[in-house]
Parts: sequence; structure tokens; C-alpha cells
Amino acid sequence: MTQPVLSVRNLEVEFVTRRATLRAINGVSFDIARGEVLGVVGESGAGKSVTGLAVIGLIDPPGRISAGEIELSGTRIDHLPPEQIRRIRGKRIGMIFQDPLTSLNPLYRIGDQIVETIRTHTNLTETAARKRAIDLLAEVGIPAPEKRIDGYPHEFSGGMRQRVVIALAICAEPELIIADEPTTALDVSVQAQIIALIKRLGRDHGTAVMLVTHDMGVIAETCDRVAVMYSGRIAEIGPVQEVVRNPLHPYAKGLMGAIPTLAGEDKRLVQIPGSMPRLSAIPPGCPFNPRCAFVFDRCRVDRPEPIRQGTQAVACHLFDPVKETAA
Amino acid sequence: MLAFTLRRMLQAIGVMLAVGVIAFSMFRFAGDPVNQIVSIDTSAAERASIRQSLGLDDPVLVQFARYFIDAVQFKFGVSYQFRLPVSSLLMERLPATLELAICATLFAMVAGILMGVYSALRRDTVLAKLFQAVSLIGISLPTFLIGILLIYLFAVTLGWLPSFGRGEVVKLGWWTTGLLTVSGLKALIMPAITLGLFQMTLIMRLVRAEMLEVLRTDYIRFARARGLTTRAIHFGHALKNTLVPVITVAGLQFGSVIAFSIITETVFQWPGMGLLFVQAVQNVDIPIMAAYLLMVSLIFVTINLVVDILYTVVDPRLRSTVGRAS
Repeated sequence: MTQPVLSVRNLEVEFVTRRATLRAINGVSFDIARGEVLGVVGESGAGKSVTGLAVIGLIDPPGRISAGEIELSGTRIDHLPPEQIRRIRGKRIGMIFQDPLTSLNPLYRIGDQIVETIRTHTNLTETAARKRAIDLLAEVGIPAPEKRIDGYPHEFSGGMRQRVVIALAICAEPELIIADEPTTALDVSVQAQIIALIKRLGRDHGTAVMLVTHDMGVIAETCDRVAVMYSGRIAEIGPVQEVVRNPLHPYAKGLMGAIPTLAGEDKRLVQIPGSMPRLSAIPPGCPFNPRCAFVFDRCRVDRPEPIRQGTQAVACHLFDPVKETAA
Repeated sequence: MLAFTLRRMLQAIGVMLAVGVIAFSMFRFAGDPVNQIVSIDTSAAERASIRQSLGLDDPVLVQFARYFIDAVQFKFGVSYQFRLPVSSLLMERLPATLELAICATLFAMVAGILMGVYSALRRDTVLAKLFQAVSLIGISLPTFLIGILLIYLFAVTLGWLPSFGRGEVVKLGWWTTGLLTVSGLKALIMPAITLGLFQMTLIMRLVRAEMLEVLRTDYIRFARARGLTTRAIHFGHALKNTLVPVITVAGLQFGSVIAFSIITETVFQWPGMGLLFVQAVQNVDIPIMAAYLLMVSLIFVTINLVVDILYTVVDPRLRSTVGRAS
């Protein structure tokens, strides 16, 4: 296997507050290969976005990466000085945020924002950068780019603005794109276009994509692999068909059961009882144990580590061979 | 854009008309001006002839029309105390006041923006906290006290700066300027600081609050994710967005600076319009008071107009909504 573009090992992110130190990410590990799209799903507050921000080095105080390693194409980037990680941001890692309406500076023409980003990361001249900006806008599907380049953000629709944001994220041909809920703020028809665009860009340029979302439909359609996050940990990770069709972790089962299907029988959608614990009140052992239907004693004391199950890996004691012998 | 400007100008003319009515009515309600001019032993016939020569025996409407037509041509009548045309008195004093007000505003904006940006970006440093404390003093201390304290320190104790007047002035056509002589510049320092201090602290606090607000926005986070330099983010993206409300406040404050220069001019005996106005109030010199009222409102209205237009220059969103509305 070739070297992964992104390799995250045992990542921990803490937020130091006056009352306590909250651990938002607790021992997360995953790889993304060249050209691969990794989906990251989970409820709000599961740590999806924080993981993305940690990778790109945008965790602001009081938050900090307290343990673990992040490697980009084999180079460690999690403890670089600010100026060096700044040079990586936008050049080697592109990021797309949730709300295209607020991601662009309203007072600058979109062309100026793209040219500014290109010129920050390359030696192109103003004219060359502008030409490249027009090409980029054409590539992300903005009609008449040589005219629209002089438009202000408010002159674009939400979907078009997200295309501009994507153009900004890919303008230095990054190895990795982190897309943090890129379609959540868009309406459904536009969502499909944006997803198709991200997928196409990943394929054409061999870019690795980390797609953070809570939309299982988007995951199923776009991703090669998927990581299900719960309370700052990865509950299950594996190829998307496997995880969607045959989820192992009880939480992943619950999530997949909550996807409505057109073909499905006329039954109630499965609902996971309760809600995710707050960061200040994560129970000992498996964080999912209070809501789990298959909970047993060990879940309440012992934290499950990821266990390989075929192509999937699952953090659940149900799959631990030790349990077999103990039981 | 043009329609927007025209509409704003019409509104401005409306405001000026209303102010004109108020200025004119001062003549009718502030006592009989003839008594201010004559001495006690003037005969009734003489009083009547003065009254007639000043046009005070015509019907009110005729007087108002005449006042208005004159005012449009910058003729504000003759000062009771100086027996000179008010407009030439004002014109003589205007450069002093404008120079003072402009310098005070420049000082307020430059120092206010710099201090505001610094205390937003380096929030936890000692200097930022010091700025906050000083700004509190600047906002709460009255102007005359600051002026007197400055005079005590720099003029009386240290003897570095003159305590009153404008220093030597140079004539440039009808305009007199103190900016070209050393003594003029030295004389300008303390009044400008006194006059601008309140505005400076206001702008500083505003810039700080706005900047902190802007730094939290998504487009700043996205700008950081794009790997832009901190410098480009802070002074390009953040500062430009911060300046929209600052322009409004600074613009409106410029009007107040001129209006409130009365106090500073009195403290420093600055030979400007404010000092003229204070003398006019003491002597019930209504033509000067009325003309001063008109001048100050004209300045206010003009500034408002300019600020409105400046907005659309800074913020492209306003440009198009304004265009669509018209």
C-alpha cells in the first residue's frame, strides 16, 4: 500500500475551560489515501468538525491538540509553528465550510479573493493568477467566468457561492480537501450538484477528500470509506457499502436504521433512544453504553478499542474475542 | 446611484429649510433687536428709523422670504455688536475652526483606529488594557477639564506649548492657515487633542468591538483556512469590514467636533467660529447666532450626505440594493 495522503493517529483535542478540561476528540485514528473520499458522520457534537479543524491546524484557544499525530503525505504537521502550518493551509490542504453565504468576504470581488489566495501560495503574476482564477471558476461550473469574476459574493446564489468556495479551496491544487458539511446549507437539487462536483474534482486531481456531514445519503453517494463518530471517538470505520449495508456497531446500526428508503417496507424508522452525552458528562467505558440495546457489564467500565472485522473496524466489546471466552 | 444621491439631496434641502425657519424665528422671539443696538436715551423716531433700515417693520412672511433669499447667498445680515456683515465675520473665523476640527478628527481617527485594532488583536496585553482604561477616562472627562489640565501641564509647568491663540498665521487668499508656521502648529497641538480626545476614545472602542466581532465571522475563518497571511487577514479582510460603521460614526462626529469646538475654542481662546458664537450669545447678537446655527446644520447635513455616499463606495452590497430600489 502506498503512503496515505492523510494519516491521523490517536488524535486528542482538549478544550480547557475554567471548570474542567473537556476532551472533544479522544483517540481518533484514520487514513485517507490518494483520490479517496472518506466520509465522517455522526450527530452534532460528535467531534466531526473539530477533527477537520485539527487537521488543518485551526483549533483556536482554549482548544488544543493534546496528543496524537497528524501526518500529511508522511510529514508530521500537528506541531508545526503557526507560520509553517499557515503555508500548508490553502496550499496542501483546502477547506470548504458549511455556509457559503458567510464564507466569502462581502466587501471583496470574488476574483480578488481567488487571486489573493493563488498569489499567497504561488509565484504567479497578477495577470496569470487572474487567468488561473477564471479557469478555476470554469472548472467548478460557473457560467461566463470571465464576467462573473468581477462580481461580489452577494451577486451569487448559495450554490454558486459554494462553487466559488470550492474554487478557492482547490486553487493551489491541494493534496487534501476537508469539506465540513458542504451541502447542509444548500437546497437538495443544488446539494447533488455540489457533491458531484467535489467527487469529480477528487477523481480528476487525485485529491484525497475528508467529507464531514451528518447526511447518510451524501455519504452513501460520495464516499469510498466512512467513519462513524460518537462522542469524540470513531465507533466504526470501513468501506461505505459494508458500513451502510452491514453496520456492526450498535450505534452505526441505529444510524443506518434511521435512513428512510423509498423501497423500504411501511414501518417506523428506528430511533436511537436518548441523546449523545455532553462533553462534561461522558460516561466511563463505552460512551454509547447508556443508549445501547446490547449493553453488558464490561461496557460500563472498559473503553472499547477498534477491532478489525474484515474490511471494517469497530470499537465495540461485542466483537472482542475476549468476550467470547469470558462469556 | 444618481437617483439615490438626488433623493438624499432633496431630503437635505428639506432639513435646511426647517433649520432656516428656526434660525429666523430666533429674531422674533429673542427680544427686540433694536433695543440691543440703541442706548436708553434714543428717541422713538430714531428707533423707528433703525427699525425701518433693518427691515424689521415688514410683515413676517416678507421678512422670512428676505432672510431666506439672503441666507442662500450667504448673506446673514449685519452683526449688532460689530456692525459688520455676519458672513465676512464667519468667513474670517471659519478657517481657524475648520483647521482645528479637521486636525482633531484626523488625530481621533488615526489614533483611534490604531489603538482599537491593537487592543482587538492583542486583547490580553498590558498595553491593550491600558488603552481601555485611558479610553474610559477620555469618554468620561469633560472637554474643558482636559483642556485646562493640558494647559497646566504643557503650557504652565513645562512651558512647551502656548496656552492660547492660534500662533502666527499665513494668508492664502481669503483662507488663513496656522499649519505653515511653527508657532501655528505648536498652538494647534493642545486644542486638537482636547477636541479630538472624546472622538478618539469613541472610535477606539468602536473599532475594538467591531474588529472582535469581525474576527469571529466565517469569512475570516475561511480566509485563515485559505492560508492567507495574518497580516492580510487582519489589515485587509478584517479592517475593511470594521471600517463601515467607523465611517458613519467618524463622519457624524465631525459635525459634533465643529459644533462642540465652542468649548475648546473658549478654553484655548482659539479665534474660530465657536468663540465668535460664545461672544454673540453674551451680547445677544442674533444675526451671528442664527448664521452659526445655519452653518453648523449645513455642515451636519453635508456630512450626512457624504457619509451616505461613502457607504456605498465601501460596501458593494449597498450599491446594488440602492440601485435596485431606485
